[in-house]
Amino acid sequence: MTHAATLAAGMLILLFLVLIASQLLRLSLPALRTFGGRFFVSSVWDPVGEQYGILPFLYGTIVSSVIALLIAIPFGVGTAIFLTEVAPRRIRGPIAFMVDMLAAIPSVVYGLWGIFVLAPLVSQHAAPWLEKYLGFLPLFRGPSYGVSMLTASLILSVMIVPYITAISREILLTVPDDIKAASFALGATHWETIWKIVLPYTRAGIGAGIVLALGRALGETMAVTMLIGNQPQINVSVLQPGYSMAAVIANEFTEATTPVYLSAIVAVGLALFAVTLLVNLAARLLLWRMRVRPIR
Amino acid sequence: MQSSQNRISAVVGILLLASLVAAQVPVNPNASPAKAGANRLTGGGSTFVYPLMSKWASVYHQKTKVQVNYQSIGSGGGIKQFSAGTLDFGATDGPMTEDELKLANSPVLHIPVTMGAVVVTYNIPGLEKPLNLSGPTISKLFLGEVKKWNDAVVAAENPGVTLPDKGVVIVHRSDGSGTTYIFSEYLSKTSPDWQPKVGVGKSLNWPAGIGAKGNEGVAAQVMRTPGAIGYVELLYAQQSKMHVASVKNQAGEFVAPVPDAVTSAAEGLKEIPDDLRMSITDSPGKGAYPVSGIVWVLARPEMKDRATASAVKAFLTWVLSDEGQAYAVPMNYSKLPASLLDKARAKVALIK
Repeated sequence: MTHAATLAAGMLILLFLVLIASQLLRLSLPALRTFGGRFFVSSVWDPVGEQYGILPFLYGTIVSSVIALLIAIPFGVGTAIFLTEVAPRRIRGPIAFMVDMLAAIPSVVYGLWGIFVLAPLVSQHAAPWLEKYLGFLPLFRGPSYGVSMLTASLILSVMIVPYITAISREILLTVPDDIKAASFALGATHWETIWKIVLPYTRAGIGAGIVLALGRALGETMAVTMLIGNQPQINVSVLQPGYSMAAVIANEFTEATTPVYLSAIVAVGLALFAVTLLVNLAARLLLWRMRVRPIR
Repeated sequence: MQSSQNRISAVVGILLLASLVAAQVPVNPNASPAKAGANRLTGGGSTFVYPLMSKWASVYHQKTKVQVNYQSIGSGGGIKQFSAGTLDFGATDGPMTEDELKLANSPVLHIPVTMGAVVVTYNIPGLEKPLNLSGPTISKLFLGEVKKWNDAVVAAENPGVTLPDKGVVIVHRSDGSGTTYIFSEYLSKTSPDWQPKVGVGKSLNWPAGIGAKGNEGVAAQVMRTPGAIGYVELLYAQQSKMHVASVKNQAGEFVAPVPDAVTSAAEGLKEIPDDLRMSITDSPGKGAYPVSGIVWVLARPEMKDRATASAVKAFLTWVLSDEGQAYAVPMNYSKLPASLLDKARAKVALIK
């Protein structure tokens, strides 16, 4: 009975996935036929002249998510280690609860906080500092107006930390006490045990949490739209505005009146779907290549 | 480890299902507005007219017990949903194109209900007197060709004003919008550079700047960024007490955006087409504010559901009455001039 029900649930989800993909493909065909390969490599997005190329959106989505991940991984995994290995038992529950709460905050609230608190902080403090000391790198050339690729990445990193922490914490709790005790018995310090025993033991699970967080970052719409600057251009500098695929769909879908325009927007959705799928596959492949054996 | 992964995927699955179910629910009430009967009307479209439409709907409900449910889904969405028959009436701040009219499958009435101004707003600390700007100058500013506020082009139109040596930061709308349409139409009419480089539309290929979502987004970004320039609806600039530029009209005057100057723009039109699908940007009228626009309600002269048709007619008749129109100016919308009001009322009379 349970078996049949779970099978049905699993199949249903698979069916939804196939339906979504096929509908996206069907509706985006007009745009894909009109523009062909140019659609993915052109940087011109011109609704007036009906020319559509999504390269700046692809770039923005991937770069903002990767930066967010680079910031979020140390914080997320670090918090999880603190909660399972270091923190006194009494405060573990409350802190874990608060980290989980971060995931419950609606993204529009993150966006508003970003506009009124984070963006001014970036434009008045972070960006001038980065320009002054790291400005020799093209990555940190100004001027900054507060909304930028960096601001969007920062807000994304805050939003995905709870995913990494929650999953890593669950996984870290599965490490058998025997193994840790054995490590201590061999004379390892607490840190050595964490670095050499606990983390390698849980690599696969923590990796899975990171993949989930990446999926969330790639698709995040509202907070990114409010903070990324919405300018379809490819800038090496993260202090400049950019654009993401989810943001352009949210911004332009309602007023996309001509058939080709609408189809181009749907095709952006298809591309986002494909990127999310590919990144997930690649991440899983990477985990598998690391030869992490599932622990039974 | 294996079991906890299964547990996670189960939770994710349940959440997905729940969100799908939740997403289905709000769709149903709109599925067949025709059945709603004469006591409820469903309209939607232009976000620009939303505050005024809500006021009209609430006063009308108190007077007649007829509930008007207006959804501000954007003009494009309004046209689409109205054409598909999902809405009893639509509202748009750009008239339907010939192609859109063909897709509507039956005759559509364009009924002007109110007008409004799009203002050029800026953040130059220490500048008190409103800036004077002409179409070509605004175009150069938004194309990113004028990079500093003390550029000769801006200074020439503002003698005696000390302009700072500050970079110009362009803020534009990121979402498709009738506001952008009106603004770009004015620039296309007045500046030879604008048309080939950017053109007219609800979403544009902006050569420079930052995109912010909605009027409130543009307003917030301009207020926070010294040196910023943007465009918003008059209402938003008033609410946030922002500086607004006086814009040069066809008669050569620099006119401040006030409701009366928009009415003058409509009065100044030399001829009004029979279907009332006209533009009032860059109007030749004296005292006309040139970045002005009309909001039309879209209605069908013939509807299958007679009760709904007469309810739409009664609501629009009241909106265009002197009583209904009186709500416009206090909310920073503009009154329709008498001549246009008569023509609009004649259109409403055509609804059977």
